[in-house]
Amino acid sequence: MPDQARKSPPAVEELPREGVARFDSELAEIVKRYPPDKKAAAMIPALRLGQEIFGWIGPAVQRLAADRLGTSPARAEEVATFYVMLETEPVGRHVVEVCTNVSCCLGGAERIFEHLKRKLGVENQGTSADGRVTLREVECLGACGTAPAMLVDEDQHERLTVEKAEQIIGGLK
Amino acid sequence: MSETLILTRRWGKRDPSLAGYRADGGYQALEKALSMSPADVVEEVKKSNLRGRGGAGFATGLKWTFLPKDVRPRYLCVNADESEPGTFKDRYIIEHDPHMLLEGIAITCRALDIHLAYVYIRGEFKRQGQILERALAEARAEGIIGPKLLGKTDFPLEIHVHRGAGAYICGEESALMESLEGKRGNPRFKPPFPAVVGLWGKPTIINNVETLANIPWIVQNGGAAFAALGVGKSGGTRLFGVSGHVRRPGVYEKPVHYNLKKLIMEDCGGTASGRPIKAVIPGGSSSPVLRGDEIDISLEFDAIKAAGSMSGSGGVIVMDDSVCVVRVLARIAKFYAEESCGQCTPCREGTAWMEGIVEKIEHGQGLPGDVEKLDQVASSIAGMTICALGDAAAMPVQSFVKKFRADFARHVEEHRCPVGEQGWGVLQESREALIGPIRA
Repeated sequence: MPDQARKSPPAVEELPREGVARFDSELAEIVKRYPPDKKAAAMIPALRLGQEIFGWIGPAVQRLAADRLGTSPARAEEVATFYVMLETEPVGRHVVEVCTNVSCCLGGAERIFEHLKRKLGVENQGTSADGRVTLREVECLGACGTAPAMLVDEDQHERLTVEKAEQIIGGLK
Repeated sequence: MSETLILTRRWGKRDPSLAGYRADGGYQALEKALSMSPADVVEEVKKSNLRGRGGAGFATGLKWTFLPKDVRPRYLCVNADESEPGTFKDRYIIEHDPHMLLEGIAITCRALDIHLAYVYIRGEFKRQGQILERALAEARAEGIIGPKLLGKTDFPLEIHVHRGAGAYICGEESALMESLEGKRGNPRFKPPFPAVVGLWGKPTIINNVETLANIPWIVQNGGAAFAALGVGKSGGTRLFGVSGHVRRPGVYEKPVHYNLKKLIMEDCGGTASGRPIKAVIPGGSSSPVLRGDEIDISLEFDAIKAAGSMSGSGGVIVMDDSVCVVRVLARIAKFYAEESCGQCTPCREGTAWMEGIVEKIEHGQGLPGDVEKLDQVASSIAGMTICALGDAAAMPVQSFVKKFRADFARHVEEHRCPVGEQGWGVLQESREALIGPIRA
């Protein structure tokens, strides 16, 4: 249905005002790390900040970041969709990312991932019915010597066993 | 004679804060470098035979001389993207001795007339990024970096941490710069090389964390002393990260030309199961695999190249004979398919084909001719792409097929994986009990 395929992009005004104010004040500090005429370099940190404040990076957050960094929404969108840690869809309250690359799997990561899937009743990339946890299989986390490893809300957990992983997930509110 | 340790000598034993680093003689190399001419510092690094520790092993001093003489500003990018599977060393430098890295950065910037440096750290290293930020704050508070180096030399220097957001390709130097400019991490055509046209179009030096962490020692002890620790055109020690089925996985600092078998069998205690070694990936997952009977070799860049592989990032993955090599290759192929940026057709399409074919074979659905097809697809990617990811994806496929052809053939003939559900090895449940506490 072609006439329904394109909706007009949400305006930045739709975002909560206090969130935008926090975004602006924190972004003002971040852009100081880059030369004054290279503000667009702050796109990844800006989108990450938007994700932290608004939960995920929808079109409105992309437009906000692009506007503040003086670049196009297309630039924000291409960055937001390129990097796996930037969420362009809503996610659960916690994001659990299990490495299943070689060194982790040699230590049992596949079994841990399968166990967590069953426990949460989700498939890869799925969010538990209560909205608590989004579970995802990810690539090497740089923890091969302390494998298996996973990230929980970007915090590293290493030397996992099935029991340890289950305990960590169980403790998430 | 005890082995010389450059990078790990303070790890876990000494205070990693600025005060602790200074108490152990930290920032004296920067002091010394400030009393030398920049050209003399570059000369020492050239003499040291230091080669890039990120993967390519390019001579660091030589790379530095590629900067055009009259173009300013110049930038330094520190590659802390560490994302080649099997590699986990740079994070420990940052965790255990962040000021050693900062001192290396400061000396390098002074030597190359660079006033702005970025540490590009992978998104998954949130904690390591915070550790670096704290170390930077300490160094700024004491005036070590800022308007005057060490608070006395009229040389402004700013160092910032830039955290990525999850993309293997951003460890490739031109993709790293694209990402740092706030774009997708699509690698650029080379030439021009970054030393000529780099970050924001300006001359840029990109060095790995471990590479730069060696610089203070080289300045303090002289390039010749560093060169003497190694062999031929490779100086110094290296961090080797060993993972997989070994009794004592971890990071080991050894001379660059250390023996691979000795590292695995003596330092790491051999396999945890006591079973024979089936395969070793010696330098991160893109390096060609070696059979268990091929590992009695030097890890030095040129020596291991002569043996048909590469020492790459120093990430050694060990597998005992309980593993299914087809399963392992399927996972490696999946990784490169996942991480291809998509701009070159051979890589974008080929990596997905390779993943599909290996998966098919692993699941017992391989047909006669599939193994050859796999080889053919890999050959059509290698050398046909803008960046090295295409080669990185092709090399494991070509080498696994070559070294373990019988295993692949058996999967096809028997229409199943002979190892079955235990494809990752027998140790999954009992691993922790067998290996006990893990080093570093």
